[in-house]
Amino acid sequence: MISPLAGPVTRRRLRNGLELRLKEIHTAPLVSIWLWYRVGSRNERPGITGISHWVEHMQFKGTPQYPAGELDRAISRFGGYWNAHTGIDWTVYEHTLPADRAELGLQVEADRMLHSLFAPREVERERTVIISEREMHENDPAFRLSEEVRAAAFRVHPYHHEVVGDLADLQTITRQDLYQHYREHYLPAGAVLAVAGDFRMPAMLQTIRRLFGGLPSGRPPVPRLRTEPDQRGERRLVVEGPGETAFVEIAYHAPEALSPDFLPLAVVDSVLAGAASLNMYGGGISNKTSRLYQALVEGGLAAAVGGDLLATIDPFLYSIWITVRPDRTPEEALEAFDREVERLRREPIRADEVAKAIKQARALFAYGSESITNQAFWLGFSEMFADYTWFESYLDRLAQVRVADVEAAAQKYLVPSNRVIGIYRPTGNGKPQHAD
Amino acid sequence: MPTSPPLEVRSFPGPETIHRSILDNGVVLLARENFSSPSVVLTGYLEAGALDESPEQGGLADLTASALMRGTHSRTFTQIYESIESIGASLSLGSGTHFLSFRGRALAEDLELLLSLLADVLQHPVFPREQVERLVAEKITGLGLRDQDTASVAQMAFDELAYPDHPYRLPSDGTRESVARLMPADLQAFHRRKIGPTGCVIAVVGAVPSAAAAEVVARHLGDWRNPSQEHQPALPELVPLQGTVRRDVPLAGKSQCDILLGCPGPSRFDPAYIAASLGNNILGSIGMMGRIGDVVREQAGLAYYASSSLGGGPGPGAWEVGAGVAPPNVDRVIELISREIRRFVTKPVTPQELRDSQTNYIGRLPLQLETNDGVAGALLNIERYDLSLDFYQRYPDIVRAIRRDDLLAAARRFLDPERLAIGVSGTFGSRE
Repeated sequence: MISPLAGPVTRRRLRNGLELRLKEIHTAPLVSIWLWYRVGSRNERPGITGISHWVEHMQFKGTPQYPAGELDRAISRFGGYWNAHTGIDWTVYEHTLPADRAELGLQVEADRMLHSLFAPREVERERTVIISEREMHENDPAFRLSEEVRAAAFRVHPYHHEVVGDLADLQTITRQDLYQHYREHYLPAGAVLAVAGDFRMPAMLQTIRRLFGGLPSGRPPVPRLRTEPDQRGERRLVVEGPGETAFVEIAYHAPEALSPDFLPLAVVDSVLAGAASLNMYGGGISNKTSRLYQALVEGGLAAAVGGDLLATIDPFLYSIWITVRPDRTPEEALEAFDREVERLRREPIRADEVAKAIKQARALFAYGSESITNQAFWLGFSEMFADYTWFESYLDRLAQVRVADVEAAAQKYLVPSNRVIGIYRPTGNGKPQHAD
Repeated sequence: MPTSPPLEVRSFPGPETIHRSILDNGVVLLARENFSSPSVVLTGYLEAGALDESPEQGGLADLTASALMRGTHSRTFTQIYESIESIGASLSLGSGTHFLSFRGRALAEDLELLLSLLADVLQHPVFPREQVERLVAEKITGLGLRDQDTASVAQMAFDELAYPDHPYRLPSDGTRESVARLMPADLQAFHRRKIGPTGCVIAVVGAVPSAAAAEVVARHLGDWRNPSQEHQPALPELVPLQGTVRRDVPLAGKSQCDILLGCPGPSRFDPAYIAASLGNNILGSIGMMGRIGDVVREQAGLAYYASSSLGGGPGPGAWEVGAGVAPPNVDRVIELISREIRRFVTKPVTPQELRDSQTNYIGRLPLQLETNDGVAGALLNIERYDLSLDFYQRYPDIVRAIRRDDLLAAARRFLDPERLAIGVSGTFGSRE
């Protein structure tokens, strides 16, 4: 059997602090480059929420070497794919390019780590683009509910707000705010460069040293984090909005990725709501035999159900989503959900359920290993909240999870006082009225 | 001037590496080996879609496809899913306007199980009443969400305007009313007349020797027969638009409006398709959404997304531009996009634009063909559109041969700025 994690990973640290994670893969003439920065919405405070995401947008707006538009053309004309994502703990820039154009991607990243212009006119244009992005999210009832649930779950910690930021801040953040955030966080010492694909290691190391080695050192500020106090009692909220479909989100405070409780809770998620995928590209599998699907969808209460447990630096949330059928109520769905959680807490989980979770994880890793892009993603992703060994050892550690660990995790986290329940109540107007 | 990077075209799927065989019953198998990862993809299609249903039974093909997995003579719904989920595999079926498609994935060691399951659900479904009723309720919930989604509603408005008296005017997943009327007997009848081996194409790509894949497919699908299987009706001629038509569909409580505008485009069989596709790349796709993205997002800052797409497919799929904008900016964005379309059909693209589009198309091929999924999709395209087994090896030359005049001719033939269909949905005052 071919191991999905086969092949050595070269780890290096440049003098200026830039961490390198490199892996040769020669299955296709491609190179995938991911530059990760340790900055996300976790590093924001009220007044500048959404600024990390906005800075990410501005990184596409040009440097003296690559004026706005040129960057894009330079990558696209060779068939390269590039994108960027901002999360709660990180921001990442990715390129997958024909192997002989890899240097272009590295050049672009080295250039914009230091030289992005943040031209005032571009800042103002991007303000409306980002507000438009937020409005796109607002059109989705799931976003509206999730934003409120998260705000209710975190009163103190910056995980309180959505990555896109609050409208009030998007209207008032200045060019100076953005530039300062960029200069503080876009430093080699705050970044991990992961490259996988069709290259030779000595030449790749030489190129990276040439392009990134001369960038100034300096450390990003340590965020002054405010720890979220324990929640004392269940919190419930209701969001009203258009449509005919109700949603329920149940969010439990969950451990951080490095906690010994994280993997047992991942197995809880797998048993309750189906196997989750760690892949950015590579997909997942269905969850129709999960306990919640059986109880809620097969039980005729919901049209869909799913779970979400993110690997994060600080304790975040384990969320379960229920799309309620129009002929049933959120309360009925919630009652059935609680019965399943209670069953999980009271009755021993079966060994074959744990075995299934492990086999599913192994298959998902195999699917993710098909693509060089996803393998490059893996190299850097776990560095944002742990290190690469967290990822390399994931399957082995998962295999060591005992039934008792899973039960203990369920007992500890899946309690009412540790959760926020959000209900989206549709106010109707579901059927479009044609204005012919 | 940029040039295409050197490509090892022989590394792309071609006659040397694609296995193609036809079973006695007409099932076509395409296989390609890839041992770089321990997984396998099983995907394919047959001709059974919304074209084979009446408007009153809208969503029948889609519902039937989904219901195939809800139970067979020998397996219950739970047994079906337990067998695939317990090994981390997946198998799903769905239907669009022309085709019923299936897609499965597993560790290579589990291909046999996946194929036996696919063969069983295609040949021996029972459409249990309780399961169908539950599925109908789930579909109706999904359609309720669709009818509240501004992009979907704008798309439906666009389709109604762009395709009068044509099956493309209707959503392939039906309406809440039509789906609510469907009964298990309707699904059984559809299965009887539409689902059979004729026209069925299967691709197997991954860490499985092609000979072994062929043997497993033959063993599980070789005996499949359906003497009642009917052909798909031919598409009617398009009725051209006489002028620009616009429909605004109000949805309450939305922050943003979605706009869809464009015209029916070329089918994938049309000789002008590649030129139109390269042109579309320039118009609203390459990089940050091409010219449209540049004007609407980069210069005017009016939208997070504004891009164009070309449907292709067996019929005249839409050549359309979509954008999400704040309600007060709808008219301005429509004007900006219309202006770009006018420019696009008036003047040839620049030599640089064409070169960039060509090198983009050629350079991204290795990325598209990197995964088992990507290769399987390419194999199905070859079969579906009679492209020949060496199509992807010849592709760089085909793309390089396109001239600026070809793009302009394709643009003029399919896009008419004076005869656009425009669908808009969101929260605003209604008008047409």
